[in-house]
Amino acid sequence: MSKVAAMREAIAEIVRDGDCVAIEGFTHLISFAAGHEIIRQRKRDLVLARLTPDLIYDQMVAAGVARKLVFSWLGNPGVGGLNAIRRSVESAAVPLELEEYSHFGMVGRYTAGASNMPFFPLRSYFETDLPKVNPLIRPIRSPYGNETVYAVPPLKPDVTIVHAQRSDADGNTQMWGLVGCQKEAAFAAERVIVVVEELVSEDVIRADPNRTIIPGLIVDAVVVEPFGAHPSYVQGSYDRDNRFYLDWDPISRDPAATEAWLDEWVYGLSGRAEYRERLGPERVARLRPARPAMSGAVDYGVYE
Amino acid sequence: MSGPNLTAGAPAFSQSEMMIVAAARELAGQRVCFVGVGLPNIAVNLARLTSSPDLELVYESGAFGARPARLPLSIGDPTIVTGATAAVPMLDLFSYYLQGGLVDVGFLGAAQIDRFGNINSTVIGDYERPKTRLPGSGGACEIAINARQVFVIMRQSRRSFVEKIDFRTSPGNLGGAEAAARIRREQGWLGSGPSVVVTDLGTYHFDSTGEMRLDSIHPGVTLGQVRETMGWEPRLAEPLTVTPEPTAEELRLIREELDPDGAYTK
Repeated sequence: MSKVAAMREAIAEIVRDGDCVAIEGFTHLISFAAGHEIIRQRKRDLVLARLTPDLIYDQMVAAGVARKLVFSWLGNPGVGGLNAIRRSVESAAVPLELEEYSHFGMVGRYTAGASNMPFFPLRSYFETDLPKVNPLIRPIRSPYGNETVYAVPPLKPDVTIVHAQRSDADGNTQMWGLVGCQKEAAFAAERVIVVVEELVSEDVIRADPNRTIIPGLIVDAVVVEPFGAHPSYVQGSYDRDNRFYLDWDPISRDPAATEAWLDEWVYGLSGRAEYRERLGPERVARLRPARPAMSGAVDYGVYE
Repeated sequence: MSGPNLTAGAPAFSQSEMMIVAAARELAGQRVCFVGVGLPNIAVNLARLTSSPDLELVYESGAFGARPARLPLSIGDPTIVTGATAAVPMLDLFSYYLQGGLVDVGFLGAAQIDRFGNINSTVIGDYERPKTRLPGSGGACEIAINARQVFVIMRQSRRSFVEKIDFRTSPGNLGGAEAAARIRREQGWLGSGPSVVVTDLGTYHFDSTGEMRLDSIHPGVTLGQVRETMGWEPRLAEPLTVTPEPTAEELRLIREELDPDGAYTK
């Protein structure tokens, strides 16, 4: 069964006001295309979960779609702060609600959610102030000894959205490079959207089953959106557009400039195809890898 | 603040360059290093190109044994995957590699540090109504607990070297070595806590009480400058040594290969 859908219909049907939404991807494979469509459709009161909110959540918070952020590292990687989020935490009339963990805590939360466990145990947090500001991080005694470890609760997003190099029409999804916690976030979620650079046949997936990170079994919609992760990157396809990460800093410091940017690059465009057109072929070409680095093929063998 | 240091016959260098070089040299003899956000990135990559060619770079984004062909823009970059030994899910990285005790050195930056090496990277001021909201833990909390040793690289100032940190994101030697060692032992932690702090002014190690001690002062820096930029009276090694200056090759690698735009050194 084909689950291929346009971004507009996938977001309209699958993302609802008030949902907990996780657009995962650790610096890599961040679905800016889906985030922008959520902004365009003016979704409201979302709880946004992500280890690193990155520019996409800064843009979504600036656009007013979120009431709460669940995260573990709040910054513009390699550049500085996330100014729209910082503004809404430090000085907004109704501050954005924060629920804060460490990276391992967030990964553990998705893992507990994905595996139907009531908590995930980890050694982090001992003798730190994080449990004091987040009462959901709780100490538990080992049932087998005297050690105390900390527990984090399961995180089960209503919707997880991941970007990947390729999938088939059923949503069997393959990715390579940094795979972060997309698998855990997808299995933990009630509904899953995968956004891919390339739609491939089932044969391509079945030829390399070790590379399948997310099975179509848990996928609700497949959106084909080449360049949909820009300005983040896709291993083997395009590089991070660092110029944009740098440019976002002054834009996001100024609420009027932020609003103007959203008008020009999100509200004013129908979708990713127009976005890519607007970027221009030169900028796109500059982000391509210098040359390919092919993996060697492996032999799975035929057993009859 | 970070003006060039001019010594006859030696190459001029900035205090930031001296800090990066001193931090890279501290990694000599180490095998597996977990690379934190910011300054650790350039220091660890310099070490791999100089004193520690066999160093295995671990990035929390999921790369093990990274061989970056350019200085990664952040801790997530396609160049840390191409040619790496392994690209693994973050669950594997944090569970098996880090919490499992395979990381020799966790290399962190910090916004605030106290004399016992406890680190704040979360907020300045009150948590609920912060003066400045910082990025938060990321992986720093678990790196500080689980890496066999913790190295810190940061610029020192009255705002960063403080008597009392505003928020404890990552535990160091807590209130002193004895209590910290007891907790680490009783709780079965594999990490032994902070062992090195390198700043733009000098290099510190931790003495038997768990307090930071200035062991080496960078060339051209005075003890007055050190004292003016910290919130407590520093312990000093006897004798206090002067950090050897960066070599021409170390400076060339920083300026031409690792950081030609001066992102880390300006």
